[in-house]
Amino acid sequence: MSRAIGTSVAVLAVLLAASAVVMAGFAAVEPFKGGYWALSFIFLVLGWAIAWALGWVVDVLLARAGSPERVGNLLVPALFGIAVIVSWEIYVAGSQIPVVLLPSPSEIWAKLITSLPILGADFVQTIVRAVIPGWIIGCLAGFLVALLCDRVDFLRRGLLPLGNLVAALPIVGVAPILVMWFGFDWPSKAAMVVVMTFFPMLINALAGLAASGHMERDLMRSYGASWGQTLISLRLPAAMPFVFNALKINSTLALIGAIVAEFFGTPIVGMGFRMSTEVGRQGLDMVWAEIAVAALAGSAFYGLLVALERGVTFWHPSYRK
Amino acid sequence: MAEAVAAISLPAPKGHAMPVAVVVAVIVVIWYGAAIPMNAVLADPRIAAAGGGFYNTLAISWSLDRPVIPVPHQIAVELWNSVFLVAPWKVKSLLYHLWVTLSSTLIGFGLGTLLGIALAIGIVHVRSLEKSLMPWIIASQTIPILAIAPMIIVVLGKTGLPDVLTKAVISTYLCFFPVTIGMVKGLRSPDRLALDLMRTYSANAAQALWKLRFPAAVPFLFASLKVAVAIALTGAIVAELPTGAVAGIGARLLQGSYYGQTLQIWAALFVAAFAAAALVWAVGVTERLNQRRMGGRP
Repeated sequence: MSRAIGTSVAVLAVLLAASAVVMAGFAAVEPFKGGYWALSFIFLVLGWAIAWALGWVVDVLLARAGSPERVGNLLVPALFGIAVIVSWEIYVAGSQIPVVLLPSPSEIWAKLITSLPILGADFVQTIVRAVIPGWIIGCLAGFLVALLCDRVDFLRRGLLPLGNLVAALPIVGVAPILVMWFGFDWPSKAAMVVVMTFFPMLINALAGLAASGHMERDLMRSYGASWGQTLISLRLPAAMPFVFNALKINSTLALIGAIVAEFFGTPIVGMGFRMSTEVGRQGLDMVWAEIAVAALAGSAFYGLLVALERGVTFWHPSYRK
Repeated sequence: MAEAVAAISLPAPKGHAMPVAVVVAVIVVIWYGAAIPMNAVLADPRIAAAGGGFYNTLAISWSLDRPVIPVPHQIAVELWNSVFLVAPWKVKSLLYHLWVTLSSTLIGFGLGTLLGIALAIGIVHVRSLEKSLMPWIIASQTIPILAIAPMIIVVLGKTGLPDVLTKAVISTYLCFFPVTIGMVKGLRSPDRLALDLMRTYSANAAQALWKLRFPAAVPFLFASLKVAVAIALTGAIVAELPTGAVAGIGARLLQGSYYGQTLQIWAALFVAAFAAAALVWAVGVTERLNQRRMGGRP
């Protein structure tokens, strides 16, 4: 196994070195100087070729080593990601693309390390104060309304088509109205998150509550189970895959809602505020640092949900060996 | 699904028109009612000046120039004024702004669909592509692209791309994901027997793709396209928010919020909603027409 990793890292290094030489060569040739587009194209083709070759090499090595599938599933994308970051660094250095267009990963990292207090304050303002409470309230409200609809069939038939319609609408447009109603600070952002997360949860929870099969329901009836007992021991567990689907969709939507709402007015702190002002001041390294924080927070949140889902819906066919 | 639920409740006559109408009516009534306390800050002095009374309260709360919340008929009037009473090529016309937004939406939708299909075909046919690309395709959607749209717009703007294309890039990024996921599922949907039949005909990969996999994937494609076209519109609108874009639904929202023009905001929102519904509907109609041409039974 370690031999496989060692070999693929070596292959990666050789390919990157080769592409660096090619890149530097192109940057020196007159027609390509400052020609980001031509360079970008070559870069893309090269990067793709590298990724392809890498994936192939690792596949072969893993097959030969006879190691479990899981390792390959982690190793290949990880190597691909490293390849992207390294080629990005080389590309920025080789093409001398201005930092206002694209900072290199090392510059972004340097900025991230030196401005941790600001990033921390923005994180608290946007994620801790707006995204998480809004996400919890929105998901809970959607779920409770779904339960209500489940009891009152008339409401379900009335709300479901409307919910489906609203889910297709550009809801982020409501942001200016919410900022007007709830003020510039975090309450308006949290409200935005609530509005954005409500409908996906409503639709998914309703689909989930209808997901348990006829046989199981008939069985519950033959046991003389009440609505509540059927709900707790049959229909809620059966609905969980759908609920987690909504929770995962909403984790991304919540971040988007909070940040977009900050474009419409905010106190001088917050991730959306920082991004839009730093773009204006040409501080793209700071913008990328914020993006890195957002991506990291988003992925961590998502990962947490996936782990939780695995624990709660361990019985689902998609987890069976 | 409807049958399954009806089976455990009552065998009531099914249908959506009636419940939807009732729910909408209730929402409208609540809306009109809520407008009175919500607009009270602005309306109260004027109601007092007019001598108070029930009639004055309603008349003034529901006809403010810049209300906290406008009532539906005010929005309808604003929509009528800015859609039908202004020439569509003037800046004051909502149709003009809608056109600006729709043009980048449709370009982005087209590019995203092509990219999504191409990626899916690659993923289905090349195993190493699936392993190396799929996790990143999924990871790409955990980044809140809409949130970083302003930066992408500014950066691409500096490279000299026309505005309509920079906005389309955002839509493309949002669009390709559902198409790729749906098409991978769809291209893999033919069962073993059908694939084996293609092998006994000694069909090559391209022929199997064109004659078996692609037709089988069409229903999945259209389901994805409905999602994709809706988020393409959202993407185009958000892309217009930053950088003081001068035209488009998003710019209209931003200007409205800067100058406190609530009616303008709500009218722009409703136009966006109608446009989204129309786009999804158009995809649905295309799906049905296509189904008929492919010999599907309704």
